[in-house]
Amino acid sequence: MNAEAIITFARVESDWRLVGRIEDIPRQGARCVKTGEMTVAVFRTSDDRVFAMEDRCPHKAGPLSQGIVHAGCVTCPLHNWVISLENGRAQGADEGATRTFPVKVEDGSVYLKL
Amino acid sequence: MSKQKLVIIGNGMAPGRMLEHLFEATEAFDVTIFNAEPRVNYDRIMLSPVLSGEKSFDDIVIHDDAWYAEHGITLHKGEKIVHVDRAARRVRSEGGIEAPYDKLVFATGSTPFIIPVPGHQLKGVCAYRDLADVDQMKAAATQGGRAVVIGGGLLGLEAAAGLRAQGMDVTVLHLMPTLMERQLDPAAGYLLEKELAGRGIEIRCKANTKAIHGEGRVEAVELEDGTMLEASLVVMAVGIRPNVALAQCCGLEVGRGIMVGADMVTSDPDILSVGECAEVDGMVYGLVAPLYQMARVAAATLSGGQGAFRHNETPTKLKVTGVNLYSVGEFGEDPALEDIVLRDARRGTYKRIILRDNRVVGAVLYGDVADGAWYNEFLKSGESVEDMRETLIFGQAHQGGVAADPLAAIANLGDDAEICGCNGICKGQIAQAITSKGLTSLGEVRAHTKASASCGTCTNLVEGVIALTLGDAFEKKVEGMCACTDLGHGDVRILIRSKGLKSIPAVMQELEWKTPEGCAKCRPALNYYLVSEWPGEYIDDQQSRFINERVHANIQKDGTYSVVPRMFGGLTTPDELRAIADVADRYQIPTVKVTGGQRIDLLGVRKEDLIPVWKDLNEAGMISGAAYAKGLRTVKTCVGTDWCRFGTQDSTGLGVKLEKYLWGSWSPAKLKLAVTGCPRNCAEATCKDIGVICVDSGYQIVYGGAAGLHIQGTTELGLVKTEEECIRTIGALTQYYRETGFYLERIYKWADRLGYDHIRAVVFDDRQQRNAYADRFEHSQTFAQVDPWAERVQGAEAHEFKPMADLTLEAAE
Ligand code: SRM
Ligand SMILES: Cc1cc2nc3c(=O)[nH]c(=O)nc-3n(C[C@H](O)[C@H](O)[C@H](O)COP(=O)(O)OP(=O)(O)OC[C@H]3O[C@@H](n4cnc5c(N)ncnc54)[C@H](O)[C@@H]3O)c2cc1C
Ligand code: SF4
Ligand code: FES
Repeated sequence: MNAEAIITFARVESDWRLVGRIEDIPRQGARCVKTGEMTVAVFRTSDDRVFAMEDRCPHKAGPLSQGIVHAGCVTCPLHNWVISLENGRAQGADEGATRTFPVKVEDGSVYLKL
Repeated sequence: MSKQKLVIIGNGMAPGRMLEHLFEATEAFDVTIFNAEPRVNYDRIMLSPVLSGEKSFDDIVIHDDAWYAEHGITLHKGEKIVHVDRAARRVRSEGGIEAPYDKLVFATGSTPFIIPVPGHQLKGVCAYRDLADVDQMKAAATQGGRAVVIGGGLLGLEAAAGLRAQGMDVTVLHLMPTLMERQLDPAAGYLLEKELAGRGIEIRCKANTKAIHGEGRVEAVELEDGTMLEASLVVMAVGIRPNVALAQCCGLEVGRGIMVGADMVTSDPDILSVGECAEVDGMVYGLVAPLYQMARVAAATLSGGQGAFRHNETPTKLKVTGVNLYSVGEFGEDPALEDIVLRDARRGTYKRIILRDNRVVGAVLYGDVADGAWYNEFLKSGESVEDMRETLIFGQAHQGGVAADPLAAIANLGDDAEICGCNGICKGQIAQAITSKGLTSLGEVRAHTKASASCGTCTNLVEGVIALTLGDAFEKKVEGMCACTDLGHGDVRILIRSKGLKSIPAVMQELEWKTPEGCAKCRPALNYYLVSEWPGEYIDDQQSRFINERVHANIQKDGTYSVVPRMFGGLTTPDELRAIADVADRYQIPTVKVTGGQRIDLLGVRKEDLIPVWKDLNEAGMISGAAYAKGLRTVKTCVGTDWCRFGTQDSTGLGVKLEKYLWGSWSPAKLKLAVTGCPRNCAEATCKDIGVICVDSGYQIVYGGAAGLHIQGTTELGLVKTEEECIRTIGALTQYYRETGFYLERIYKWADRLGYDHIRAVVFDDRQQRNAYADRFEHSQTFAQVDPWAERVQGAEAHEFKPMADLTLEAAE
């Protein structure tokens, strides 16, 4: 398997799960984590904060991981709703929210709590 | 003391303005207005932008309901006055509403003249005067078909351009040999005709309408010479008549209009008249500037002040986007008149100044109208221009070594130079209002002085005056790109170039972006501007591209993607088709479809499969079709001389060459071409961004077509003799668009903004410039022609195509 191979992980502590390294995620970008029942989008901002939410726009289920990341928000690639990375809520006049999940970064490793 | 009762008949622009002046002077009146039209006072001048779809009715309302309430005015909408009893001083409306008056104002405007030819009462025949006419025209436009506009004057041409913008085929019938003959001399009329014809408006001069035919509704127009023109709409714009019937009935003195003195009082001392219905000193008027002067005088008379109406020449402009013309004063054949003429065929401009005894008595400008106000100033002052006869025609910038500073021209205007023709506002009044009221923006100046608040063509001049008055304190406010900046797209492009900004953070820092990292609107735009400005130097910022351009495939509604390989010029081979079929089988791609762009779309590809799909297509010699890009999409072709019995040139071959030349380039919006082998146009070249129509004598290059949300035919750029010249010219055109277009602005919008004449002058007429643009395009292509699929198959941006982790596998372990 090459270096970019999909890695599988063991549990680290009760329910924090290691999903990869912060440098795997482009700044102002996102990567996906598959959990079986859903896909989670893990975002990295230009100042290296990391957020996670279900990869599903509250509007029509657009893949938020594919959107443009700016100022703590992501713009959905399908119809341009703007979703807050912090709380998953649609901004402006649009209403709805996406599930968010706690994430933490320790020594460059990204952990997700589902 | 109880208030005096003021009753106004008609609620057009003239009485509306009169009331504004009146309320500034006095509160002595209790006002009641009757208006036959069922609406508030709106800017009739701006009906043309409403017709073309550039503005809505709400945008052009002058006084809304709240304004009438605020001033305690009773406005009876849709109530026409049918009786005036001067002895009892009462008026009565059609609906039976009566009102007593102390003072009465007739402001009944004009009625459009309808030529009484047989069929003029059919459904589908309308005038062009009020909102109801515009609504009727827009409704007809949704049905498509041909509109015949009778009358090639100001109104008729605005109607024609508006209907064309609404997608109708349009023919203008004009009785005289040239258009707008009352304002334009034949030379300018000819240029105007050429411009409009280039926009797909058919102009027939010396055309006399004989009859309108149809069963219940318009179907055709018959001309005196027997020609039959199919038509689903007929607009009569042949002139107006002052609306004097009611005044005549009640015994007021009436000539061509309602006769008033210089104080706007009629033959009855308690009755005034303003607007198009009024006749002063033998003249009636059809433009707002003199009507607004009447309004000022009438308000003064009513409030006990002094005022006298004086005749002034009003310049004429045509409000059709991209057409610049200016006409003022006389230009007849009088032997005492002398002309100074300057023509520039290449740029399509024409200037003529008419002198009598070394004094300016008229000016006709076409194409380059910047000096209109300056000439008009000489006209009004009657000053001798003997000293500057040699240079007069070159305009103000060429007098006495004035620097090329754009504000210099405005600085040199006298205080009484008229800036806003519609509202009769001079430079001095604007400057005075700015200093005395502390105004700082265009919006405020409009609100306080009305300058540029009507037709808006003088906006630049007004901004110039503000800039001069406030100096550095004034920043011209163009509409910002988005909420992150007040700078407009044009400003940003210029600043990127002039300040040598080479990254998105640099732009945001130097141009003082208001947000830390922009938004989904400005980032893709900035990324494009930098890609286009600094080829080979700027590193494309993937995170500022929309997903489709980032993963080089179109996202679908279920999150899968579509893949479209290039088929140069719509040509393919059995091997390519086999490879496509194999890919579809191998990756279980659910839909294979032939697109509207002459190639094949594989729809429903999973993101994880994109790389292997591309790899297989690459191996069969195919590259990305960029069906997602703000860049070159397709070059459609027809079969041409290879097979077709009508083909005049190898259209397929030229299409392939063009696509090979242009692929990979990024542009402000998507770019689609077509090459057609003869004017039968099987490849639909005349509705593309750029098209080539092959003819016996060479290649006719056309551009600015649209066939998406908006439909419009192309305009000709020019005819070239060889394939090589054709390709280079298209490269130059594309490069000029790439360098000056605003992000997401298709070629047709760009060309409307810059003007077709201007673009032709830059990239066609001027050989040297044409070559320079083509060279720059080719230089930029050396960096752009890299197949993005191959790059990604090689491992670029790999993170895009794989999940970071798959926790489902955990359980299996
Ligand atoms: C695939 C195709 C339809 C088809 O099955 O034939 C298509 C599909 C789409 N068109 Fe189109 N257009 C297709 C030919 C056209 C044409 C015809 C043509 O090119 O000759 C037009 C009219 C000409 C024009 O461009 O003006 C056309 C006018 C549009 C427009 C309106 C553009 C406008 O400025 O008015 C949009 C919307 C936009 O771009 O914002 C659009 C947008 C789209 C999008 C990208 C919508 C989207 O954002 O998802 C569709 C992507 C589907 C996909 O994933 O592949 N498509 N689209 C055609 C692909 C052609 C190709 O081979 O590349
Ligand atoms: C499409 C278009 C474009 C134009 N473009 C320009 C331009 O670019 N520049 C320019 O200077 N001018 C332009 N004009 C001309 C300008 O709009 C008019 O000169 C101006 O609006 C006339 O104002 P008014 O108040 O005299 O009359 P109107 O605006 O015609 O108002 C008269 C009102 O009186 C009502 N009325 C009539 N009789 C009665 C009655 N018996 N009882 C009650 N109400 C009655 C009518 O319904 C009407 O609403 C344009 C006109 C049109 C139609
Ligand atoms: S017309 Fe174009 S944009 Fe509309 S549904 Fe069809 S493919 Fe999509
Ligand atoms: S699905 Fe996200 S905006 Fe519509």
